[in-house]
Amino acid sequence: MLQITCPYCGCRDETEYSFGGESHVSRPAPDAGDAEWSDYLFNRSNPRGIHYERWQHRFGCGRWFNIARDTVSHEIYATYEMGDARPDLPGKADN
Amino acid sequence: MLKHALGRSQKWPPAWRDAMPAKHYDVVIVGAGGHGLATAYYLAKNHGIKNIAVLEKGYLGGGNTGRNTQVIRSNYFWPQSSAFFDRSLQLYEGLSKELNFNVMLSQRGILTLAHSHHELEGIRRWANAIRLNNIDSEIMTPEQIRELMPLINLDCRFPIRGGFIQRRGGIARHDAVAWAYARAASQHGVDIIQQCEVTGIDARAGRATGVQTSKGAISADKISIAVAGHTGVLAKMAGFRVPVTSMALQAMVSEPVKPCLDTVVLSPVIHAYVSQSDRGELVIGGGADIYNSYAQRGGIPLLEETVASVLELFPAFSRLRLMRQWAGIVDVTPDTTPIMGKTPVEKLYISGGWGTGGYKAIPAGGETMAYTIAEDRPHPLIEGFGLDRFQSGALIDEGAASGVAH
Repeated sequence: MLQITCPYCGCRDETEYSFGGESHVSRPAPDAGDAEWSDYLFNRSNPRGIHYERWQHRFGCGRWFNIARDTVSHEIYATYEMGDARPDLPGKADN
Repeated sequence: MLKHALGRSQKWPPAWRDAMPAKHYDVVIVGAGGHGLATAYYLAKNHGIKNIAVLEKGYLGGGNTGRNTQVIRSNYFWPQSSAFFDRSLQLYEGLSKELNFNVMLSQRGILTLAHSHHELEGIRRWANAIRLNNIDSEIMTPEQIRELMPLINLDCRFPIRGGFIQRRGGIARHDAVAWAYARAASQHGVDIIQQCEVTGIDARAGRATGVQTSKGAISADKISIAVAGHTGVLAKMAGFRVPVTSMALQAMVSEPVKPCLDTVVLSPVIHAYVSQSDRGELVIGGGADIYNSYAQRGGIPLLEETVASVLELFPAFSRLRLMRQWAGIVDVTPDTTPIMGKTPVEKLYISGGWGTGGYKAIPAGGETMAYTIAEDRPHPLIEGFGLDRFQSGALIDEGAASGVAH
């Protein structure tokens, strides 16, 4: 059971949240071409290590936010708001 | 066998050679699970390529091949999937004889339940599509279901309105499938190298030339990736991205009891399925955890949900204790159809994106990948499964069509 800290409500169980996939995926220009659009629509970084991802506090305040979580240990290193830049996590590189 | 029994089973010879890596191979296959081993076997048998190594980070069949719930079926919706998965089922039907190894195939049928009128309509459409693809499927009424499995609770929280059964579906022992292909491949001269982790893929001018491993560098004419949940990690080593998300899919078994359920039963809507193994354990599975994971352990919320669903279907099972619970890392694609064939790197091939359903595809997956590697062009059965479909838009959406469970 993950314990996720909503920036607005505090620490709650995983069952209160919905997972929204990888964060910081930006939409290409309309005329960017098939390769770039295909990459945007389907490809994901899916790292073994730090994953920057979106969650929604669905059964709480309903708001979206980001977390940085290790996909092997499931440890959460940072929680930050939508629109914030990806935080620096020195010494916590992907593995 | 009598001789070994009298010797207290102390002196069985090994089923395959545990090899050390040579400097060069014609084909290097990464991953000694069912798919990797089957690919090596068919390359040697059908295409006469014998200088092959299968590299395994852990131990043979210790990934998803040994972690799945052993279900075999071909009740898909789209013609491409049907043709491929039914070829696989046909190969399973002859596998014990082909490999001279009892894989304990039991075609006990797989029943899919409908819990509402609308779901029943959907299941009719699905079952009829399967018949149009020339594969067996039969609609069943609640009364027929009760006769088939007297322990079922038809008047559960979401009452059962019917279902459909593929009688040729069933289970086979997963370890035996891995061991049988390993032994047969080894007899053809294939090197199976365990405890050998691939740490890098070498390429020159867009063409794969070898791999870096924990046991040194190995050069190869052709390389094939068959690593399930780690597909994205290997693709990254080779410098391209793949549309997969790695997630933990869990399964569990109860303590063993006398025979009480002789069909695999699955409910898409409450997301649970159960069968009874030959050892008497009830083998239970459900959906994957909702977030990315490489941890090979399942979360408690999903475990609770899955068990609750099974107990609603079979209240009698509530008396049983769970004996073991585990998880495998599955590589889920956006359309839940596998990714097979060539990659952006020349002479590098991929068999991945199997998501939650790779076990049933092992024989056909091995056969078609062997062809693809030997001929350097996709086997006709997997032409639609290439990475290029995510650019052309020709997705084969089994997730929507036949409710492939994730």
